[in-house]
Amino acid sequence: MKLPDELLTIAVTGLNAIDSPGPGIAVIRSLREGLQRPLRIIGLAYETLEPGIYMHEVVDKTYQIPYPAAGTQALLNRLAYIHGKEKIDLLIPNFDAELPNFMKLAPVLQSMGIASFLPDTDMFEARDKVNLYSFGKQHDLLVPRDRIIHQVSGLHECGELFGYPLVVKGKFYDAVVAYTAEQAEKAFYKISAKWGLPIIVQEFINGTEVNIAVLGDGKGNMISAIPMRKLYITDKGKAWSGITLQDDKLLELAASFVKATRWKGGCELEIMRTAKDECYIMEINPRFPAWIYLTAAAGQNQPAALARMALGEVVKPFTGYEAGKIFVRYSWDHITDVNAFHQISGQGEL
Amino acid sequence: MYLRKNIATSENGFIFNPSTGDSFSANPVAAAILEQLKQGMTFSDIKAGLLDSYEVDPLRLERDWDEFINQLREANLLAD
Amino acid sequence: MKKTWQSPVIQKMNGGLMNKFGTRTEYEPVKHIDGVSVQSLIKEYGSPLFVLSERTLRRNYRDAYRAFSTRYPSVQFAWSYKTNYLNAVCRVFHQEGSWAEVVSGFEYQKALGNGVPGPQIIFNGPEKTNEELELAVRNGSLIHIDHFDELFQLLAITDRIPEKPRVAIRVNMDTGVYPVWDRFGFNYENGQAWDALKRIVTSGKMTLTGLHCHIGTFMLSTNAYRQAVKKLADLAWRCKTELNTPLQYLDLGGGFPSTNTLRGSFLPGTDAVPSVDEFAEAITAQLTELGYGTQDTPKLILESGRVLVDDAGYLLSTVVATKRLSDGRRATILDAGVNLLFTSFWYDHTISPAQDFTHHTEDMALFGPLCMNIDVLRQSSNLPLLNRGDQVVIHKTGAYNMTQWMQFIHMRPNVVMIDEEGNTHLIREAETLEYLQQPEKIPAHLQQPEKK
Repeated sequence: MKLPDELLTIAVTGLNAIDSPGPGIAVIRSLREGLQRPLRIIGLAYETLEPGIYMHEVVDKTYQIPYPAAGTQALLNRLAYIHGKEKIDLLIPNFDAELPNFMKLAPVLQSMGIASFLPDTDMFEARDKVNLYSFGKQHDLLVPRDRIIHQVSGLHECGELFGYPLVVKGKFYDAVVAYTAEQAEKAFYKISAKWGLPIIVQEFINGTEVNIAVLGDGKGNMISAIPMRKLYITDKGKAWSGITLQDDKLLELAASFVKATRWKGGCELEIMRTAKDECYIMEINPRFPAWIYLTAAAGQNQPAALARMALGEVVKPFTGYEAGKIFVRYSWDHITDVNAFHQISGQGEL
Repeated sequence: MYLRKNIATSENGFIFNPSTGDSFSANPVAAAILEQLKQGMTFSDIKAGLLDSYEVDPLRLERDWDEFINQLREANLLAD
Repeated sequence: MKKTWQSPVIQKMNGGLMNKFGTRTEYEPVKHIDGVSVQSLIKEYGSPLFVLSERTLRRNYRDAYRAFSTRYPSVQFAWSYKTNYLNAVCRVFHQEGSWAEVVSGFEYQKALGNGVPGPQIIFNGPEKTNEELELAVRNGSLIHIDHFDELFQLLAITDRIPEKPRVAIRVNMDTGVYPVWDRFGFNYENGQAWDALKRIVTSGKMTLTGLHCHIGTFMLSTNAYRQAVKKLADLAWRCKTELNTPLQYLDLGGGFPSTNTLRGSFLPGTDAVPSVDEFAEAITAQLTELGYGTQDTPKLILESGRVLVDDAGYLLSTVVATKRLSDGRRATILDAGVNLLFTSFWYDHTISPAQDFTHHTEDMALFGPLCMNIDVLRQSSNLPLLNRGDQVVIHKTGAYNMTQWMQFIHMRPNVVMIDEEGNTHLIREAETLEYLQQPEKIPAHLQQPEKK
């Protein structure tokens, strides 16, 4: 293991700090602030215009990596090349779609000397949208009822079961609140054309949305949980501004989730709190949210804690954080030159 | 037909067209041809040079040349 | 010393999409198959050319057999003829110990011709003629009944011949995957399957030997097989306890996928597909859980085809031409098309150049030689620039292509097998005009070129 004052090289994905941002830049900011040791940050990018690639004060060097659809072998080859040049100590992936590949490669990467701190495939699958309902039932967690359907005729039963409105969801992305059978049918065709079958039909839960950034140690202990309510959202429904909350019920819910799944790594619970004060888990994102720097600002730096655990340190659960911390997201036109664009597009490195 | 005056080329094969904002990458043979076009050499001089320095028969060169010039034209890099 | 030539090309650099880094594995050159050079194979047998690796066939079989037999005491594979019924291929599997699984009278005859004893032929499928059934009954083959009409057809046959048919029924069921293959066999959930079993046993004219299911093809879920085992085992238990007829076998059919990549699939096949070991684990663990796997346990039969043969087959092909399409995309035309590679309708086959190439690659469409718009092998594949006369290797083509290929516009080419010592054997000759026209008849009034 490296000494605490030695240079640590950490590779991070999700450098797309755009209007619907990936978490990478926020993760790096938390690491730089929280680890208090010399860091070299290696960006891993999929597209040539991810802003982080050009932000050299944040990311030291960026390499392009193959899209998740290229598979684990292509990814491993590329990582081996990058590792040969950079000697990566730790890798933190930040996209849902790339996680299965990184999870599969984790043991190989470990043997190469690259640490990571990821959930295993079973945890990952269990919280998948398609399995969420049975997952909730199994662990006594409140989740909306749903039906997985393959044919439009299945909507009829859902209508009788859940009433309207109901939520029509795609396997990977997209969700539409349908107020009538006609709207549900339209949504079924639209979403299945884009994301394929099955379609998930979920009962509509009315309430206030709260998100919780959670870090688990993989042994059932919750290291940190910071609840946040969005104060304002963009037209894409993303957080524009949010505030930390102090609420024991939310923390207990997060703790019971971590205990039930023995969650390893970061995740985000999307909670709907009804007028009757029931807390439904609507969705579980298996990685840090884009607003993760707020956890550091509130006193529980989750990315830094994750890095410490990944490198073998025992990290004690955080106690206490500041409620009422607010983030306000802003955009900034970073300036670069066509040569830099050529460099990353043509050579895959910058 | 010649390469537009303001086209920028770099050693490692990048091309930038400042009037459209388009960027291109060229493979080594294409980069070599572009460099010579930039120097104002004629098509026939460049082709003769290529036959001298590369393992290529004249028919194949003609076929590849036509396609390459076509690509340059479509990419809006040539002017009459 | 002159420098190596490569066609000069430029590529537009886009703000997002371009991404070739790290994907090089798809275009490592493949110059040899089992130690035999691609170039020499094409030189000797022509292009296009199907090549089968005997070494891979045997290795696949042994791996699959080991996966099941180390987990369950009584396992039998039956080679699925329709997947590839070239006799040489069938015989490799029979030598390894495989029975035959056939779905037509002609396949049945092929199995007999390959020396498979009658009792080791499983006769599946929705259409069996009286003659075919009678032959199968006389040979003591295992007849898997598909519907009530066939059940009564067999009952009628028992009035005519002395041998007692050895039968099983095919059962269809909901295993949690979509679509449910309910067009074959008798349904489990609505009680049809149980009715059929009762009818067979109470008739006293047939021997009920087992139960069969085949829940789908290219299955990506091992859990579906667990469900299938549960439901078959439930029927088997009721046969034993309520009909006093213990069964000799449970036939779980096939459906295990190869590592080909399905079109539109997010991940490549090698990452998306469970291994045979994982399927074996799901099936045998479920059997064990239900108390099977001890003494006098029913035999577990598997009818795997695709997973045993797909990656043992290669299609070699030669570049006919390259061109640019109107939208600027490159297109490469090969001498093998969908007439030979039926599976390109649902797979993105991996295609490798068979010679060295420069590092520059480009997304290109790969077309076959047919003068038909449907003849597309890959809509888009990232490959190095190929030139007329270059050779390519198309991978994982062993399943279904050598049975579903079309004699359309071109004739079918040679098929060779490379044995375990690296010797090459022609196992099916290229078709000739004479062969094709042999069954044709020309009416007398068309014998002369001019109309009278």
